[in-house]
Amino acid sequence: MDITFLLNGETVTAQAAPTVTLLDWLRTERGLNGTKEGCNEGDCGACTVMVTDASGARSLNACILFMGQLAGKAVRTVEGIAGPDGALHPVQQAMVDHHGSQCGFCTPGFVVSMATAHLNGRSDHDDQLAGNLCRCTGYAPIVRAAKAAADAPVPVWMRDTAPDAKTPHAPTSADDLAAWYLDHPNGTLIAGATDVGLWVTKQFRDLGDVAFLHACTDLQTIDVTDNAIRFGAGVTMTQVLDAVAADYPSYAAMIRRYGSVQVRNAATIGGNIANGSPIGDNPPALIALGATLHLRRGDALRDVALQDYFLAYGKQDRQPGEFVTGVTIPRGRDAHRVYKLSKRFDQDISAVCGGFDVTVSDGNVTAACIAFGGMAGVPKRAAAVEAALIGQPWNAQTIADALPAFAADFEPLSDMRASAAYRLEAAQNMLQRYFADLSGVSVNVREVSA
Amino acid sequence: MSVASPLPHDSAALHVTGTARYIDDLPVPAGTLHLAFGLSEVACGAITSVDLDAVRAAPGVVMVLTADDLPFANDVSPSNHDEPLLAVGRVHYAGQPIFAVVADSHLNARHAARLGQIKIAAETPILTVEDALAANSRFEDGPRIWTKGDVGTALSGAAHRIKGRIDMGGQEHFYLEGQAALALPQEGGDMTVHSSTQHPTEIQHKVAEALGVPMHAVRVEVRRMGGGFGGKESQGNALAVACAVAARATGRPCKMRYDRDDDMIVTGKRHDFRIDYDAGFDEGGRLLGVDFTQYTRCGWAMDLSLPVADRAMLHSDNAYLLDACRITSHRLKTHTQSATAFRGFGGPQGVLGIERVMDHAAHVLGMDPVALRRVNYYAPMNAATDGAGGHVAGGLSAPRPAPPPEDISKTESEADLTSRGAQTVADDRVAVPEAAVNTTPYGMAVTDFILDAMTESLLATSDYHARKAAIADWNAANPLLKRGIGFSPVKFGVSFTLTHLNQAGALVHVYQDGSVHLNHGGTEMGQGLFQKVAQVAAARFGIDVAQVKITATDTGKVPNTSATAASSGADLNGMAVANACDIIRARIAEHLADAHQTAVADVQFAQGRVRVGGKDMSFAEAAMLAYQARVSLSATGFYKTPDLAWDRVKGQGRPFFYFAQGAAVTEVVIDTLTGENRILRCDILHDAGDSLNPALDLGQIEGGYVQGAGWLTTEELIWDDKGRLRTHAPSTYKIPACGDRPDVFNVALWDQPNPAATIYRSKAVGEPPFMHGISAFAALGDAVAACGPVWPDLQAPATPEAILAAVKRARG
Repeated sequence: MDITFLLNGETVTAQAAPTVTLLDWLRTERGLNGTKEGCNEGDCGACTVMVTDASGARSLNACILFMGQLAGKAVRTVEGIAGPDGALHPVQQAMVDHHGSQCGFCTPGFVVSMATAHLNGRSDHDDQLAGNLCRCTGYAPIVRAAKAAADAPVPVWMRDTAPDAKTPHAPTSADDLAAWYLDHPNGTLIAGATDVGLWVTKQFRDLGDVAFLHACTDLQTIDVTDNAIRFGAGVTMTQVLDAVAADYPSYAAMIRRYGSVQVRNAATIGGNIANGSPIGDNPPALIALGATLHLRRGDALRDVALQDYFLAYGKQDRQPGEFVTGVTIPRGRDAHRVYKLSKRFDQDISAVCGGFDVTVSDGNVTAACIAFGGMAGVPKRAAAVEAALIGQPWNAQTIADALPAFAADFEPLSDMRASAAYRLEAAQNMLQRYFADLSGVSVNVREVSA
Repeated sequence: MSVASPLPHDSAALHVTGTARYIDDLPVPAGTLHLAFGLSEVACGAITSVDLDAVRAAPGVVMVLTADDLPFANDVSPSNHDEPLLAVGRVHYAGQPIFAVVADSHLNARHAARLGQIKIAAETPILTVEDALAANSRFEDGPRIWTKGDVGTALSGAAHRIKGRIDMGGQEHFYLEGQAALALPQEGGDMTVHSSTQHPTEIQHKVAEALGVPMHAVRVEVRRMGGGFGGKESQGNALAVACAVAARATGRPCKMRYDRDDDMIVTGKRHDFRIDYDAGFDEGGRLLGVDFTQYTRCGWAMDLSLPVADRAMLHSDNAYLLDACRITSHRLKTHTQSATAFRGFGGPQGVLGIERVMDHAAHVLGMDPVALRRVNYYAPMNAATDGAGGHVAGGLSAPRPAPPPEDISKTESEADLTSRGAQTVADDRVAVPEAAVNTTPYGMAVTDFILDAMTESLLATSDYHARKAAIADWNAANPLLKRGIGFSPVKFGVSFTLTHLNQAGALVHVYQDGSVHLNHGGTEMGQGLFQKVAQVAAARFGIDVAQVKITATDTGKVPNTSATAASSGADLNGMAVANACDIIRARIAEHLADAHQTAVADVQFAQGRVRVGGKDMSFAEAAMLAYQARVSLSATGFYKTPDLAWDRVKGQGRPFFYFAQGAAVTEVVIDTLTGENRILRCDILHDAGDSLNPALDLGQIEGGYVQGAGWLTTEELIWDDKGRLRTHAPSTYKIPACGDRPDVFNVALWDQPNPAATIYRSKAVGEPPFMHGISAFAALGDAVAACGPVWPDLQAPATPEAILAAVKRARG
């Protein structure tokens, strides 16, 4: 397929299979070897590229970015970060001056992440660089470089204008997609490809018929009313984070952690839900909010409570040819909290992720919605725990009395992330943390400083 | 002078523009083929059938190799000839290569490698320490045991007896550039190999064996690695040999790089250790005696495990004078990846053993952990006295056993003498020194100990005591979060413990325009070795470092090199290069002195100028004059570390030229509900001698600390009960990310010359800072101990799960 996009300022038309990754194409077809393969699964950032479209410039992992996602976009690799005359970009010069490279293999990815953050005026360096792993420097000199470059003007060559081009055959609306999916019920939908990418790079799966969803702009809207926020399925997690930051800071803080900038810039909320993973981090947060999932098959629309969507491990309430169009959450649930537990703080899959929303009236619990990921084959509500809380006074004794109910709700597994016993205990302790959190006790190690 | 200047990494500008070439970036000839291994999914058993028809039929496949197709040696071991490139008859770990696919593209090779139909009669694998002990599955005939003094009497008479156990996990290197090699067939059966390796001579040797040719027929070149950390000392052998064999068979260039998952599944990692300890202390905190039993899982093949385990024993004392000790080391053979070199090479494990004893004793005795440590420090330099009351300080002037004859390492004829895994015969000529008061458990006088002064300084700059008090107050007010502060010193022995490896060569050319071509046996893996050595060369000629061209390590230029390992790169190669430069400089000086009728000593090389007899010329002019006078402007250089003598079986002698030292204070906070934690602040004072390049040295220290802290916190290797590694990608194996570094990170150099006569009195800096990460583990232990009265017995890595378990133990 012919895919037209801007590459380091030059319009190119690539003849490539749509599920060839940009990384492979850059290295094998273009000889642009600056972009490195470190993990081939979107976890290390050595392949970071900057992609600009109408929504702005963002960093993405080229190893799980398909050529079919690029039509009409502008791509800038590390080779395009220095000026056309070879002048170093301020972040490049700062990396030299501050000794930010040692072995140098991760450096191109860092440079692109830093240049993109610099372009976007971001100074939250730990967050902007959470998706770039370095094994040599301990990061300190890299962050010093990022700070040193912050005030330099953005070089003119960094501002790309995406060309007008479309991915052949890609649906451009929900209607298009609905028709295509009815015709290809076994086809594969590709939104951000942060999971599907690994099916290709690690599992060599044949995706069959594929539909790239990035042109379905009507699936990428966020509708905010007084009472609710509706996210189109194609809204990226970067956009979700921004949209929930005011209403649900705890949820936003979790989103900041669950994927790096590069992953959040690609991943969509619809993909994270539809995928059905028992360890996806959005579902417990959203179930605790009583989220409603919107589905479509052909012209048939239906809504389902998100908690009912996950039927069993690997099985969701979704028919062949049916797809997620969006998800709606209520506003104003001030007691909503999300706690993510993982070995590493940033960019790590949860051992346990808990979503909590308990309503207290006149000192008594009147409603409770508590859901966990990582505790069962599906994201699951803690029905017995909720029952143990409802009608009881909101105090430490009630919390203590409710803890045994966790064992009725969950029989978690042991795996490389955590033992079953630890998962159960941590989930119980998250309820204790929730109580302490709402009581104003300091519960977050991230809020402690030296 | 160029030394001591904080110059950037030599390739910094190439790194940041993406133009630094790694193996996979090299332009390759048309027709280059690509390899991938088919791996065993079973940890132990006999191969009953191999059906590779689907592999051969897969798109792009040119050839499939099994052990039967290898024309000569089927061995990639750096030590014991126990590591076939491709499995023969049996498999020994899940991930062992069974066949190699040669295809027209990397992706086609990887894809085809999944299609092999291998039947294996699976047997129960030996996986754990317990499994191996029960089966007496080990390397060497029994445990190594070294003793000093009468440990039984010391323990039985001690006021406080501290017994315990620490399990410490291994560690994946996670070099960002995976293993890679490219073999280019040459005329007449010769082979040129580009390899991402710390040990080009090892690659040359193994490729020559595999091709049935002398070493002169194989040339290995390494410009740079994308990280090594020990993981490319021996683990690149398989790829280079496979490529060379395939290139010989096809007549076409062959390239191989592991996908990240394959890299983690196939290659060895840091050795995990269990250390049991039984220690006796007096009321004042003086360690009277300690009995360590170290168990390490070496994996399926010997690789470098014996010297790793030796170095763990050699660092069982760390900074402390042990009057009576016994160190027992079990080197266990298991059906897992063959554990290998990793920054510190067993040292960190040995150090963590005794640091654990110190923290445990401080808890029991109710002493400040730093105070207790200082009670036990070796006597400081300039204060140490020997048993007869004489002075033993003074670095190289200190009395030490007479050096043995040069040929102390007798080896088997087929052994690779350049490998740290080379088998040597015990030597009975190493003299056991007279008992002295400031000697290590292996009988080496410690004459350069500076940690007491360094500790004093660090406690002041880190405000340790005030912060410790403030932390106690804070903890009293915070029910769920607890802070902790921890301290750890390091005294790391510098030299290869296989004595003959402590040699290096260099090749230096000065061209007629005064530019300098520099080559030596060290390899660049990010540590900045090339720049440091270039600074040495520039300093010897009195020229700017920009006049020195750094060139790729090349076995055709400098032969018989040792691995760039053991922190030795700058020490050895810097000296060899200085030697070569000095030879050329002396020739130029001699010519100019002759020409100007003056003494050689009056010819001065500085600031890019050469001054002789009142005349002042550029270095280029001097070079041109020497050239026209038919003076050779090319020289090899050589260096061997003096005064080493070591018997590893007895555990006696002087294995190290000197000790690099340092200390760290780390503060952490933990969440007592989940065990989540965070490093808040770290202060490090580190001894790099007179630094060759303080910027590069600070980089090694910062990076080493974060890597060391990662080892003991988030980095956890998990194997399932069938022996399959479950953490084989960055999605499941978590090295520190940007936000895991300390918020406050103060690193300083202890800027004092090395008493030993090293290159410009610098000290090695690659491995020692890694052990500063132990202070983070100590701090976590301190935070956990704030939760209750009981010794919390924190185990490593201190994942949130491990911390929560320790919190519960602390509460009793």
